[in-house]
Parts: sequence; structure tokens; C-alpha cells
Amino acid sequence: MLFDDYATDGFFDEMFSADGTVRPHYRVVAEGLNGMEGVEYQQKQEAVEMAFMRGGVTFTVYNDTQGTERIFPFDCVPRVISAEEWEVVERGLIQRITALNLFLHDIYHDQKILKDRVIPAAHVLSAKHFRREFMHFQVPKDIYVHICGTDLIRDHAGRYLVLEDNLRCPSGASYMLENRAAIKRAFPEILRQAGVRPVDDYAQALLSAMQHVAPAGYQGKDHPNVVLLTPGVFNSAYFEHAFLARQMGIPIVEGRDLVVRDFAVYMRTTAGLVPVDVIYRRIDDDFLDPSVFRADSLLGVPGLVNAARAGNVTLANSIGTGVADDKLIYYYVSKMIKYYLGEDAILDSVDTYLASEAKDRTYILENLEKLVVKSANEAGGYGMLMGPWASAAEIEEFRAQIVANPRNFIAQPPISLSRHPTWVGEGGGFEGRHIDLRPYILYGDKISVNPGGLTRVALRKGSLVVNSSQGGGSKDTWVLRQPAGPPTAPSA
Amino acid sequence: MTSVSFPPSLVHPAGVSFERPPATAMLSRVAASLYWMGRYLERAENIARLLDVNIQLLIDFGSIDDQGVKEHWVPVLRSVGDEEVFFQYYAKADSASVTEFMTFHRQNPNSVFSCVCAARENARQVRDQISFEMWEVLNEVYLFLQASDAQKVWRDGPGAFYDQVKRYSHLFQGLTDATFSRTEGWDFLQFGKYLERADKTTRILDVKYHILLPRATDVGGAIDTAQWQAVLRSTSALEAYRRFYVTEILPKKVAEFLVLSDSFPRSLRYCLGALHDSLGRIGTGEEGGPDGPERSAAGVEFRQLCDELARLSIDDVIARGLHEFLEMAQAVIGRLASHVYERYMHHPPVDMASEIRFHQQEQQQQQQQRSL
Repeated sequence: MLFDDYATDGFFDEMFSADGTVRPHYRVVAEGLNGMEGVEYQQKQEAVEMAFMRGGVTFTVYNDTQGTERIFPFDCVPRVISAEEWEVVERGLIQRITALNLFLHDIYHDQKILKDRVIPAAHVLSAKHFRREFMHFQVPKDIYVHICGTDLIRDHAGRYLVLEDNLRCPSGASYMLENRAAIKRAFPEILRQAGVRPVDDYAQALLSAMQHVAPAGYQGKDHPNVVLLTPGVFNSAYFEHAFLARQMGIPIVEGRDLVVRDFAVYMRTTAGLVPVDVIYRRIDDDFLDPSVFRADSLLGVPGLVNAARAGNVTLANSIGTGVADDKLIYYYVSKMIKYYLGEDAILDSVDTYLASEAKDRTYILENLEKLVVKSANEAGGYGMLMGPWASAAEIEEFRAQIVANPRNFIAQPPISLSRHPTWVGEGGGFEGRHIDLRPYILYGDKISVNPGGLTRVALRKGSLVVNSSQGGGSKDTWVLRQPAGPPTAPSA
Repeated sequence: MTSVSFPPSLVHPAGVSFERPPATAMLSRVAASLYWMGRYLERAENIARLLDVNIQLLIDFGSIDDQGVKEHWVPVLRSVGDEEVFFQYYAKADSASVTEFMTFHRQNPNSVFSCVCAARENARQVRDQISFEMWEVLNEVYLFLQASDAQKVWRDGPGAFYDQVKRYSHLFQGLTDATFSRTEGWDFLQFGKYLERADKTTRILDVKYHILLPRATDVGGAIDTAQWQAVLRSTSALEAYRRFYVTEILPKKVAEFLVLSDSFPRSLRYCLGALHDSLGRIGTGEEGGPDGPERSAAGVEFRQLCDELARLSIDDVIARGLHEFLEMAQAVIGRLASHVYERYMHHPPVDMASEIRFHQQEQQQQQQQRSL
């Protein structure tokens, strides 16, 4: 039996309890996989990888002159979330995005939360992604964050914690959809028996959220012209951009396809210039408009910001949302929830120390070898010190950086991420690997959370880094429709 | 709202439309990618067929010396226009070097591999516009070629290899036919495909005719049937020819078939007819509309050529000189291609610096107005 030698090694395992029993919501998956031969499972895994390769579900490896393309590694063992657990996660995410959106509106208008000293004003005003130029700018329907990807982890006790919010251009939703399509081919029967909520509505919901914020100007036309703005075919996420555009049936455009005149945006077509109403942009603020932000950006569209300001085009996400996923601001999200909604946060955050606060800084500097240090504005697992695994030289390098620029660093105790059975090849069978979860939240006429999200897995043994750029892969994520039955007898 | 005049460099040649676009309106960049995708894949298929046929032909010759081998391959290189580039990389034209050059050489932009890469890159640029099935085939043929090299081809048998390449191309044509909407994008794709096909058919015929029958008076003289069969097979025309004429293979009839047939899908006349159909739907979407490509000088000249092909007999063509006639046809097609490309697919590049200045001034004016 494939799970016979599986060991949880004292970690919180998603599939198995500490006593080795299969958790009730994993019963169907465990039984389905356990009945397979190693060679059969290996064939399924390889068939899925081949299908990804043939379908070009790949990303281009940077710094490779051969233009090598790789598939984003995929592990066929699905990650399952029970209906009960998901209900809490969903409520927690909706609460969180509601508060973050109110926060963005507040700091770009009256700044009450700063005046009431809930968050020190300096933290916000000094944030790298705070856009002073957008003070008092009215975004359509007061929605700043149309798409949010929030990274969740589970600690040693299985408690869901928010690791970070991604409020700029969160990526990965296409892999969520492709992973499900792959599993449908590999394990159709297990999927059917488990009673899993579908994820396929994502593209339609995304399009609806975009159309919801179209400027009034498109009235009289059948529907607003929504486009996806990509940095281009050489961007590592181009696959995702093309995939989502295709799923939504909207044009994918590059900066050079657009032109701004009379404070309105047009795309250049074979039939002349055609107006654009909403831009789902997958380009960061800095590169969006070289006449306002970075002048050296060749990806952007000169005049775009002014067109948005004039209300003739809507950008999703809005400009300046990055201030809310600054890791220093992360520390204050629970306080925001209390301040704006009068509620306690449903999802906890990881304990966080701010290097900008004298007391915290002393603690951080004295305990660097025990902490995870993160810079406030980096993503993708970069700009990070994993104290317990770092060399003395790395620790000293970070110490110097923290002293020089305390605003830019926070520290957290290392979290022992939950583990999940993951295929390591026919010889090794299943072993536990650390995972996280990125659900996708859409803010349109209402806030909706796609059931599941992208489960990322650190494929290297013992590694806690799930980022695809650093040896991470992904899994399909199943949210069950019905509450699970009673636990079954031990099998591992 | 005050009207803003558009600097000429930014106005798309097809004019400015503030109306909702017709459902078919597409980005010029997308149109260009579809056009090149169609062209490059057609080119890859034609080159694969040309190589396949000529390798087989050599087998029929039995043993021939180096000079004979060279005399066999050089015209093949000439018919794809790559003779010069070839001799930059290879000293000797033989089966191994020519097939490697025309199949795998990365520096040869017309090698099968380069063409497939280019088709796939263009497909990737418009991944959102084409069907999954189309993309998958392009990706598969790319992976197939990437996993092969000249040694492997010669070891496993070139016939099977080139058959596979052609099959991928045919699969792509079929899937395109079955899964791609007949919108403007379809016409750009077809335009690219038939342009390439017309070009290759005329070149193959021109080069071979020239070598096998250097003087017009040779027509009807002793001929090498194997060579003329090869010409027909290079354009997938052998069986169609046989069915049509039910007779021996005669050079004049081969020329007639490849130039004037109104039913064979690789003849010059047929390809031009297909181009003409697409042309009527490109741009304004209204055939013969005021901006339609047919009204341009290149379009008028093209139309005249189409009329001529319907009217002329092969004797008329040969009397004018087959080579001269084919050269003229290629020039007309070339001018039409440039016109359509410039007018509908090409972006006049934006001068970023002046664009940035323009918008910064606009912003300053706005701020001044606000502070007044």
C-alpha cells in the first residue's frame, strides 16, 4: 500500500492525524491512492507533466539564453479542505479584504486611522507604494482591490494564519484552473466521489468584477471593453496572462498596443482606434505610465494615469494598493479590522516584530538566529533571512541592513508549515512536504472567494520555501461540498 | 470636451474610429502575428516536402559523383532563396549538409526548425486568440523538432521524419479549419498561408524549369520524367496532375497545372484566388469599401494579375517567358503583401520620449487650470 511507510515526523500533516488515522475529509483520497500501484501512480504523474508540456503550460526560465521553458512542477496528490474549515477561511478572507479596502480608501482620503493614531502616520506615508499623487482620487464604486491573493499557512497546531496579502498583481490563478483540469484527467473517479466544489467560475467572476467597475462612459454600447495589459511575451507570467484573457474572452494588450488621447485610452486595431474601458493590468504601478512613474519604462502607456484620473478608464487593481501589502502594514491589519468593522479578526496573523520600533528592534537584533526577517516590500521569497538556517555571515549582513534602515524590516518566529503527502518518485513513494495556500478573492458587486486556490508545495525535502522561483511546485486544492463523515480506522 | 488633434505618427493608417468596433476588429499586432504564424508554418511544410522529395529522388539516381550531388542540391537551395547563406556555413553541398541546413540550422531563418519556432512564437503572442488545439499542435511539432537532430534523422530514416513534420502541419490546418472562427483573424491567417504557398510553388517551378529546359524551344523534347515527377511531388501535385490529365508527365502540362489550374489548391491561380477572397474581408470588412485594400494601387495591379491568369493559356505564358512571367507575378504578390502589412498590421512605432513630453505638458496644463 502506497501509504504504508508514510511518516508525519511530528509535523502537522494535512492528511493524517498525529495517531496515524486519516483525517475524515481525506478519506476518499487516501483510499483512492492507497489502492494504486507505485508504477501506476508514476504513470499518472508523468501523463500530467506531458500534458502540461504539450499544452505549453510553462514559464520561461530567466537568465537562460536557450530560452528554456519549464513546467511549473505539479504534484498530483490533491490538498483537501473540509467544508467546515473553508467556511471559516472564507469568512476570514472576506472580512480581511473588506477592511483592507476601507483602509485604502481612508488613507487616500481623510486618513482617519492615522489621525486616531491606530497606525503611526509615518508608517503609511513612508511606505514605498504609497502614492501621494492619488490623494482624493475617486476610484469607481470605492473598490481599490479587485483581485487579491492572500497567502495562508497552517502552524504546528493546524491553525490557519495569514502570511501575507498580495494586493497588487497577484499571480497563480491560471495554475489553479490548469491543476484542476489535470486532476480531472488523472483521477476523475476520486474527484467525483470526494464531492469537490468546482473552481471553473473564476474567469467569469473575474470578468464580472472588471465589468462592474467600468466607467459610465461606455453606456450605449453592449458591454465595456475590458482588456488585459501584459508586460509581454517575455514575462515569466505570460502564460497566465494569455490564459486568463482567453478564459474571459478579452483582448490581451501590450503597452505598445494602447495610446492615450484626450484623457481616454484606445487600442490600435485593424479597424482603427477603439476605446478601452477597463484594464486588468498585470504591470506594477512603477511601470504603468512613464510620464508619471518610471520614465524608463518601455512597458507602460504614457498618459494612462491621467486617463484613469479623469475617470475614463478603470485600472484593476487600482494604483497605490501596494501600501496595504507592505509587511509593516501587515502588522496592523487586525487593528484595522477592529477599527473599521468593530470585529475581531477571524484569521490570525503571524506574530510580528517591527524593526522600526525601538523595543522590537532590540529583540530582533538579539535573536536574529531564531527569527525570520523579511524586507517590507519584497515578494517571491526574496529579501528574506531564515535565521535558524542562515550562516553567520548572512545574519551579520541582515543585522547591518536592519540597523541602517529599520523601516524596511520586520521579523517573525519561524512557523512550522503544515505538511502534505507528496510524490517523490517510484522509489520513495509519498513523503511529507511543507505547503501553503493562496486563495483568490474577487471584489465586484460582492466579495467572493474562489473555493480553494493555489496550494504551493516546497518540493525540496525539509524546505519551507514554496515559491516557484525557488524549488516550489503546486497541487490541486479541493474544497469539499459536504461536511465529512466520522474518522476511519488507522491505515498508516 | 475639446477635440484633440492626433499627431500623424500615432494615427493608425486605417483611420480613427470612435464607434464600437465591429466584432471582427482586432489588434494590428495580433493580425500581424496570425499572418506570420500562417506563413511560417506553411513555409516549414513546404521545405520539409521539398527535402523529402529530393532525398528520394537521389535514391532513384543510384550512384552519382560529388558534382552530381551538388548539382542536385544547389537548385533546391536556390528555390528557397538560401544559396548564399548556405555557403557561409558549409563548404560542400551534399545531402547531409543541405538537409541539416534546411531542417535544423538555427542561423538559417528558413530552416524547418526556425520556421516552426517563429510560427510558435507568433502563436504565443496571440495565445488568447487561437484555439487550444492549434496551440497544442504548434507546441508538439516544436517539441518534436527540438528532440531531433540531423544524425537522428539519417539514422531513423528521413522519410518518416519529414512525413511527421508534414503531418503536424496538416493537423494544424485541419484543426484551424475546425476550431477557428471565421473572423478577420482567419483572413489574416489565410492571407499569410496562401501568400507563402504561391511564392513556393512559383519558385519551385521556376528553378526546375530553368534547369531542365534552359531554352524555351526545348519544350516537348526529351525529358527526365523522374525530375518532373519530383516537381509535382514537391508541390503535392502528382496525383492531382495524373487525375486531371490522365497522361504522361509533360513539362508544359506541369507548368500549366501549377500556374493556371483553378482547382488545385497549390497552383498560382488558386492561391491568388484565395488571397483575393481574404483581401475582400480584411480591413473595413466591406468588400470594395472606400478603404478596402482592393482599391489601392497594389490591389488594382493584383486584380489585373488574377484576371490574366483566368484568361491566358499556358502557350501565352510560355511565349512571354515562363521565368519572366513568374518573376512578375512574385513582384505583384510582394507589393500586395507589403501594402496589406503596412496598412493593417504594422504599428508605426511610438516615439516614447515625445509621447511622455506630450502627456506631461497636458498634466501641467491641467494643474495650472486647477490652481487658477
